[in-house]
Amino acid sequence: MMYLAAEEPQNPLLPVWPEVVIGLLCFAIIFFVFAKKLLPSINKVLDERHDKIVGGIEEAEAAQVEAQSVLEQYKAQLAEARHEAARLRSEAQEQGATLIAEMRAEGQRQREEIIAAGHAQIEADRKAAAQSLRQDVGQLATELASKIVGESLEEHARQSRTIDRFLDGLDDAATKAEATR
Amino acid sequence: MSSDQLLAFETDCHLFKDCGFPAPSVWSFLFDPIFSVGPVDFNKPMLLALIGTVVILAFFWAAFSKPKLVPGKFQMVAEILYDFVRNGIARETIGKKGEPFVPFLVSLFFFVWILNLWALIPLAQFPVNSVIAFPVGLALMVWIVYMTVTFKTNGFVGGIRNLCVPSGLPKPIYVILTPIEFVSNIFVRPFTLAVRLFANMFAGHILILIFTIATWYMLGTLLGTVYATASFALTLVLTVFEMFIQALQAYVFTVLTATYLSQALEEAH
Repeated sequence: MMYLAAEEPQNPLLPVWPEVVIGLLCFAIIFFVFAKKLLPSINKVLDERHDKIVGGIEEAEAAQVEAQSVLEQYKAQLAEARHEAARLRSEAQEQGATLIAEMRAEGQRQREEIIAAGHAQIEADRKAAAQSLRQDVGQLATELASKIVGESLEEHARQSRTIDRFLDGLDDAATKAEATR
Repeated sequence: MSSDQLLAFETDCHLFKDCGFPAPSVWSFLFDPIFSVGPVDFNKPMLLALIGTVVILAFFWAAFSKPKLVPGKFQMVAEILYDFVRNGIARETIGKKGEPFVPFLVSLFFFVWILNLWALIPLAQFPVNSVIAFPVGLALMVWIVYMTVTFKTNGFVGGIRNLCVPSGLPKPIYVILTPIEFVSNIFVRPFTLAVRLFANMFAGHILILIFTIATWYMLGTLLGTVYATASFALTLVLTVFEMFIQALQAYVFTVLTATYLSQALEEAH
C-alpha cells in the first residue's frame, strides 16, 4: 500500500459512489428477502405459537374451573352423604328408642296380663275351691249332723238356708279380714 | 498479495532501530481495487459488504425459511435477535404503527451490524462502515424513507408543519424554533446519522490499528517486548470494547431511524 503514498490520498469524508451503490444494493437484497420471505414466514409461526400458548392457558383455566366445580360438587355430595348418615343414625336411634319403649310397654302389658290372668285364675280357683268347700262342708256338716242327730235334714230347705247363712258369715269375715290387711 | 498489502504498514520497522512508528493513516482505509470494470473499482469493503449480505441471508434463511412451532436452538437465537429489533426497537419507539416498518428496521440493524462486525473477523478485520460511502448510502436511504413517510402521512402542508413546527409551544418561540427545526430535521439528521456511524467505526479501527502496529513495532528487544505485551493487552481490551461499540452503533442507527419514522407518523396537531 505504501507505494500509493506518492499520490494524494482520497479524502475519507467524501463517499465514492460505486461503494454507495454496492452498499444500497446489498441492503436492498437483504430487505427484499426479509420483507417478502423470511419475516412473513417467521411471523406466521410466532403468531401460531402465541395462539397456541394463549389457547393452552385458556384450556388450563377451563380445566381448573371444571376441577373446581367438580371438587365443589364432590364436597356437596360428601356433605349431603354425611348429613344423610347423621339423619339415618338419628332416625335409627329414634326407632331403636321407640322400639325399646314399645317392647318395654309390651312387656309391661304382657306382665300385667299375665299377672292379671294369674290373679283371675287364683280368684276363680279360690272361688271354685270355696264353692266346692262350701258344698263339701255343707254336705259333710249335714252328714255329720244327720249322723249325730240321726235323722236326715236334707229335705229341709230351711236347713240349707241356715248353712248358707253360716257360710256367708264366714265369707264376710274373710272379706273384712282381707280389707283390713 | 504481498505482506505490506495485507498488513498496510511497514513490517520491518522496530523500536530502537532508528525507525519511526509507522502510525496508521488515511491509507489504512484505502484499498487497491481487486478488479476494475471500466472506471469502477471493486475493492475489499465492497467484497465484505457482499459477503456480509450472504452471511445474513444464509443465517436467517437457515433459521426462518422453514420455521418450527417449537424452535431449535438455531431458530431460537435468530428469533431472539429478530424479537430484539421488532419489540425492542420498532414497537418500543414507534408503537403499533411501526409494524409495517419492521422489515426495514430489521434489515437495517443486521446489515449495519455485520458491516461493523467485519472488524473482528480474521483476514477481513475491517469495519466496512469506516468507509463513509456505506453510512452515507444508508443514511440517504433512511432520509428518503423519512421524507416519504412524513409527506405521505401528513400531506404536503402537514408534512412541512410536522418537520418545522413542533406543537404545544408559546407562539414567539416559533420564530426561532421553526428555522432550527427545519435545518435540524432536513439537513442535520441524515448528516449526523451517517457521520456518527462512520466516525465511531473509523476511530475504533484506528485505535485497534495503533495498538496492533505498536505491538509489532516494539517487539525485538527485551524492553521492547515488555512494552509490546502491554500494547497487546490493550489491543485485546479494545477489541472487546469494539465488539460492544459495533453492536451499539448498529442499535443507535436503527433506533434513530425508528425515532424519525415515529415523528413522521405523528398525527398533525
